[in-house]
Amino acid sequence: MKHKILLLISSMIGSAVLLSACGGSETKSGGVSPQVMADSLFSVMEADRTVYTKLIIGRLAKEEKVIKASEHWKDEKALVLPAQMFRYGAERVAEKGAPFSYSLLSLWPVNKQNKPKTEIEKKGLNFIAENPGKNFYAEEELGGTRYFTAVYPDVGVASACVSCHNKHKDSPRTDFKIGEVMGGVVIRIPL
Amino acid sequence: MSNKNRIYWVYWIVLTVGMTGYLIMQLTGEDKTVYLPGKTSHGHYQIEMACSACHTDPLGGGEVLQDACMGCHGEELERADDSHPKSKFTNPRNADRVAKLDARKCITCHTEHREEITLEMGVSLPNDFCFKCHEDVAENRPSHVGMEFNTCASAGCHNFHDNRGLYEDFLAKHLDEPAYLKKASVKPLSAGKAYELINSYPVAAYPIKSLTINDADTPADVRNDPKVMQDWLASSHSKAGVNCTACHMQSSAETKEKIWKEKPGYQVCESCHESQVKGFLASRHGMRLAQDLSAMTPGQARLDMKKNAHDRELSCTSCHGSHQFDKKHAAVDGCLACHDDKHSNQYKQSKHFTLWHKEVTGQAEANTGVSCATCHLPRKQSRHENGTFVSSEHNQNDNLRPNEKMLRSVCMQCHGLEFSIDSLADRKLIEKNFSSKPDVHIKSLDLVRQRKDLKKDIEGM
Ligand code: HEC
Repeated sequence: MKHKILLLISSMIGSAVLLSACGGSETKSGGVSPQVMADSLFSVMEADRTVYTKLIIGRLAKEEKVIKASEHWKDEKALVLPAQMFRYGAERVAEKGAPFSYSLLSLWPVNKQNKPKTEIEKKGLNFIAENPGKNFYAEEELGGTRYFTAVYPDVGVASACVSCHNKHKDSPRTDFKIGEVMGGVVIRIPL
Repeated sequence: MSNKNRIYWVYWIVLTVGMTGYLIMQLTGEDKTVYLPGKTSHGHYQIEMACSACHTDPLGGGEVLQDACMGCHGEELERADDSHPKSKFTNPRNADRVAKLDARKCITCHTEHREEITLEMGVSLPNDFCFKCHEDVAENRPSHVGMEFNTCASAGCHNFHDNRGLYEDFLAKHLDEPAYLKKASVKPLSAGKAYELINSYPVAAYPIKSLTINDADTPADVRNDPKVMQDWLASSHSKAGVNCTACHMQSSAETKEKIWKEKPGYQVCESCHESQVKGFLASRHGMRLAQDLSAMTPGQARLDMKKNAHDRELSCTSCHGSHQFDKKHAAVDGCLACHDDKHSNQYKQSKHFTLWHKEVTGQAEANTGVSCATCHLPRKQSRHENGTFVSSEHNQNDNLRPNEKMLRSVCMQCHGLEFSIDSLADRKLIEKNFSSKPDVHIKSLDLVRQRKDLKKDIEGM
């Protein structure tokens, strides 16, 4: 059953994201700017992420306590973490060859591969942490291609987010509060 | 043109035509040795004459090769929860890393036909490649300060692809286990259930019941060999209603008419034992057949093989015998009939063999002995049309190289994790076929032990 839920949700994310990508590529006929496209993509990602955290993790793991959420979901027969759900979706989108890409990063990452790497990522994550509610937009060049890069705040929407990160042995920060910016979603669209 | 020049021209034409003819013959025949750019690695040399197995398009470049690699190895990587799948590197934020080490492509590390740089596991590697992405590891892992980057993957702690038995929380969970577990046995095989699992099983033609010698349905013109009859009567086939014609009557390729086949091939076994045949065809035993090449013979092996076995052709029946299909025979004697290396030859002096001997002589419970197959063809859960069942993985190479792949499926069925990791890292002990305790110690569990303040990320959620 839980596999079906996961499958359903991941396919929802995937199809929503792909559909929005199709819409976005029609710049010729009316012009969807990279920013509008990135904003649209983010709204889908954020909605799915919140739904997963609240309806699946929050309900089944925290409230009803019928199943755990674990980084090692396969071994523990558990739910995948919200961040993994997000990353697996991003990886699937990449495998399908979509032109845009996205990732979930943080200045206080549990997984050190999720710390900012490029100058724009560093600037963007600092900006959204210091200016709650605001997004960050810039352009950067990576591997010979120019990108429109947008950074959106990833907020601890549920107590599940905060408690898990504060307690995690690899978390460099242990004082996250609900409603706070915990990281950022970085979306890149090639120009 | 002078006569001398004319002679040179004639020479040239004859030589060119001859050479072209020779190369064409090589290209169309089975032996394509002249086209090999260098010695092929031990993983692929058996099929090196099936160039198109990897070079699917003669004009294709890296992408084509990548598809070929994934075609055979993709499923295995997925099962291994590959720690570094291509999808981790395609994001543009990793462009600088990919420029240094293109981890999106298998051939970046696994260069073929380059013996001079091929290491033991069949791969050529820059030895400190982990540094390129994990240079700051010591910042978060004080225990790692001063460790050299060429030791990450060579000291028994990490692998690039398969870390199922090595990741930190797994080590933490299995900390301080005894060397010998109280409950030491492997999963029982779900034998004889093919008919329940396969929808197309011909129950009408071959009802499930024990057959006697009078039931044998060999055609009148086929001689009934008493030894064959005896073997068949002792087999689980006769006990489950699998009569002679079930395997021997096969549709002829031309007329589609059913005819008696003296030696049915693996395709016949496959109709009921699909997962086993799949493993066999992926293995060193069957990979040549999978490419439509002639069967592998011990004579072609790079491992030491018994001289008198050199010309035997490998098929299902080389280990299982053609009518007795005795799993116990296949599990040890089948292997030792050909294999002649130190590890194999030491097996009968090992404690594992003592346990096996006790099992087969009825002095110990079923599934408590350790045969060659227990470790090299380990039990695994498989899916069939109508449910799951336990069978043995018939690709004996599946859990080797790196041998930590054996931890979960094999060693930890009977031993604690630390003892298992140490044993697998002890090369001499492997040669002696695990006849004593390991002399090598891998420090990864000590590091986890030191990190006592492990906070459970799952509990308390
Ligand atoms: C059950 C534990 C758990 C819960 C609940 C959880 N996370 Fe995470 N989170 C993790 C782990 C573990 C990682 C690292 C995953 C990885 O990339 O391997 C992570 C990664 C992240 C990252 C990327 C940076 C990093 O730390 O590696 C962000 C941002 C993040 N989580 C925010 C959130 C938010 C917001 C929520 C709630 C919507 C949430 N997390 C819920 C455990 C959790």
